Amino acid sequence: MDIIASLGLGFSVALDPMNILYCFIGVLLGTLVGVLPGIGPTATIAMLLPITFSLSPAGALIMLAGIYYGAQYGGSTTAILINLPGESSSAVTAIDGYQMAKQGRAGPALATAALGSFFAGTVGTLLLAFFAPPLARAALNFGAPEYFALIVLGLLVSIALAHGSILKALAMIVLGLLLGMVGQDIYTGQPRFTFGIRELYSGLNFVSVAVGIFGVAEILRNLENEKGRDVMVKAVKNLWLTKDDFKRIAAPVVRGTVLGSVLGILPGGGHILASFASYSAEKRLSKHPEEFGHGAIEGVAGPESANNAAAQTSFIPLMTLGIPAHPVMALMVGAFILQGITPGPNVINDQPALFWGIIASMWIGNVMLVLLNLPLIGLWVKMLSIPYRALFPAIVLFACIGCYSINQNIYDVYAIGFFGVVGYVLMRFGCEPAPLLLGFVLGPLLEEHLRRAMIISRGDPTVFITRPISATLLGLAVLAVVIAVLPSIRKKRKEVFVEED
Amino acid sequence: MKKTVITLATGALLAGLAFAGSAFAQDYPTKPITVVVPFSAGGPTDTVARLVAEVMSKDLGQQVVVQNVGGAGGTLGAGQVATAPNDGYTLLLHHIGMSTAPTLYRSLPYDPTKDFAPIGLITSVPMTLVARKDFEPTTLAELMDYIKANGENVTYAHAGIGSASQLCGMLLMDALDTQMTTVPYQGAGPAMTDIIGGQIDMICDQSTNTTSQIKAGEVKAYGVTTPERLANLPDLPTTKEGGLDLEIGVWHGLYAPAGTDAAIITKLETALQAALADETVISRFAELGTVPVTADQATPAALAETLTSQIALWKGVIEKAGVYAD
Repeated sequence: MDIIASLGLGFSVALDPMNILYCFIGVLLGTLVGVLPGIGPTATIAMLLPITFSLSPAGALIMLAGIYYGAQYGGSTTAILINLPGESSSAVTAIDGYQMAKQGRAGPALATAALGSFFAGTVGTLLLAFFAPPLARAALNFGAPEYFALIVLGLLVSIALAHGSILKALAMIVLGLLLGMVGQDIYTGQPRFTFGIRELYSGLNFVSVAVGIFGVAEILRNLENEKGRDVMVKAVKNLWLTKDDFKRIAAPVVRGTVLGSVLGILPGGGHILASFASYSAEKRLSKHPEEFGHGAIEGVAGPESANNAAAQTSFIPLMTLGIPAHPVMALMVGAFILQGITPGPNVINDQPALFWGIIASMWIGNVMLVLLNLPLIGLWVKMLSIPYRALFPAIVLFACIGCYSINQNIYDVYAIGFFGVVGYVLMRFGCEPAPLLLGFVLGPLLEEHLRRAMIISRGDPTVFITRPISATLLGLAVLAVVIAVLPSIRKKRKEVFVEED
Repeated sequence: MKKTVITLATGALLAGLAFAGSAFAQDYPTKPITVVVPFSAGGPTDTVARLVAEVMSKDLGQQVVVQNVGGAGGTLGAGQVATAPNDGYTLLLHHIGMSTAPTLYRSLPYDPTKDFAPIGLITSVPMTLVARKDFEPTTLAELMDYIKANGENVTYAHAGIGSASQLCGMLLMDALDTQMTTVPYQGAGPAMTDIIGGQIDMICDQSTNTTSQIKAGEVKAYGVTTPERLANLPDLPTTKEGGLDLEIGVWHGLYAPAGTDAAIITKLETALQAALADETVISRFAELGTVPVTADQATPAALAETLTSQIALWKGVIEKAGVYAD
């Protein structure tokens, strides 16, 4: 069947009035849970699984997929408005997005996120439609050594996330790596840093750490001094992008989309790197790297496009090979099975209407999301006029409910309080939270792939340089370090990194 | 006289309590029932639970809600049910891990035989031996020879400490009296990804995870670990046919906390048996490559017996392998 006929079939399924309705419900719910910190797509999809029993397979899967990519749109909203990322991908958006909000440019930041996401979502969907099977094949060449090399590269270039002291940034990455170690060692079963508490065997919950370190710490800081309290947004200047803004975001959106699409296809955790990598790239390429961390619109445009592109392309391994790239995709596998369809390489041939219907619905969903989100910008920005004393306790409460609902684990709620205090202390010492989260997210992946590569090679470390992809990635990592160390460039770097000291 | 009064009063009180108890059991259930699945949503055990819960809801006239309490290899969720009120409103649906936990975890805060009242077996999911598609051996006999000859040069993937694929690997190495290099993954999905990608040699995993890949020719299949062949993979021989002494099924059971009223257990048992005879459940289970157990197996006695014998079996295997989870 050629691609036009296939897409025609897909749109005939996706444009069925009931399926349009499910798609809309999905993206609407996704936007809402994305906006509410703590309640992520994982919890939402898990809660909605029983309801999907009574729907048609296409309707059920269209709705669940909508929740997932819809949450990527919504997740940036709280990151920008109140410095509270609900997902690892929006932690990067918070860096410059929140600064923009503080300068009264919340509107343009949100609009950039929505437009960038829409562009990225469209490209991701097209990739899925045209090249899914060969792309999934190519991604299978990534084994443990390649993932290890990729994450090393990601960590090294992401030093750029810091805009203060480089020493503090490194310290934060190391602290993040250590926090990532909490839990049961997947190779030996040995509990690490669990203090005999079984609830910690699965490690710390990302959302708890992020809400604590970003959100609760911010509240504590604001409690310091009644008069010094930040009035959240001075005056909202305008809601829409200027001509100059459009010029500035165009290239970052395209670059972020490319980076995100490529990383999203890798089932071993590539999507996590997407927004971090895009931010680093934009900072390197920018003519004004000093603006990053102080409200650079490129720092919102790139990562937001990257994470949405990755969200879309992470469906590729699932749809074409039946292998889930991350927990949300694992839930989608469950949803397929509950509908009596086992996801695998044969779905595309056995269930063409379902396969192409879902793909077509993704594009329709992205259109709905941009139509839904752009008018909502005004509403979200108004949310900032809610008195601080009402808004923040409400948000922390939502976050606690959300964290608890994922695993019914009370320690996930305790962690919010604990990391709130930690985050406050770090803030007083002038340490940035973003590198900590990067270490926390990537540390466990780094260890997992390093050890797996070494086990499979039976202790032979040359595996990292004898495999071409891994060797190339490590070569790029070395190059990144060399460039950073070269004296002439170092001088320039000093200007970049020390401006706050 | 006084003593008699007290005795009478006590007797009346006890009778009243007993009456209250049975009246309570007769009304059961009067509110939604929670079935704790000690793994995250979307996995094979969760899927089994949701399919069964859906039908049990209709039979019991109350919603049966699946709640996922993942973590610590299923021991967190099981531990929660062990200490839950034994009023029949909190149940546990657990798999083979119920019988391995007492050995895998040297400091387990509950006792699977003493802290739970079994309700019945649900299904036993077959496991399949599969390898990357360019792996040298083509038949089960060749595979056995290959593993014996190459030992630790063969890489065996499993889905994590205490997972069914790890257990099957232990049995396989035990049966062949050799060691392979075992490589843990975080779940069956990533392990299967590396098998399909040819990064790792082989895995023994639940047919739920392997059937579609076998049918599509993405992996090479050698055998199924049940006494009979699978209906949806009729060409795949059993391990027994191939001369390999390896039999394992990922059996699932439904439990209540110990001390739950016998009348409640009976009601749940009946509802479970009805669910396992339901057309939708049977056809969805078939998609998973499994069949519901017969009604005589969906009973407290059958589950209790399976649990006890499996605890003994795995104690030997796990201690021999020297693998622990804490």
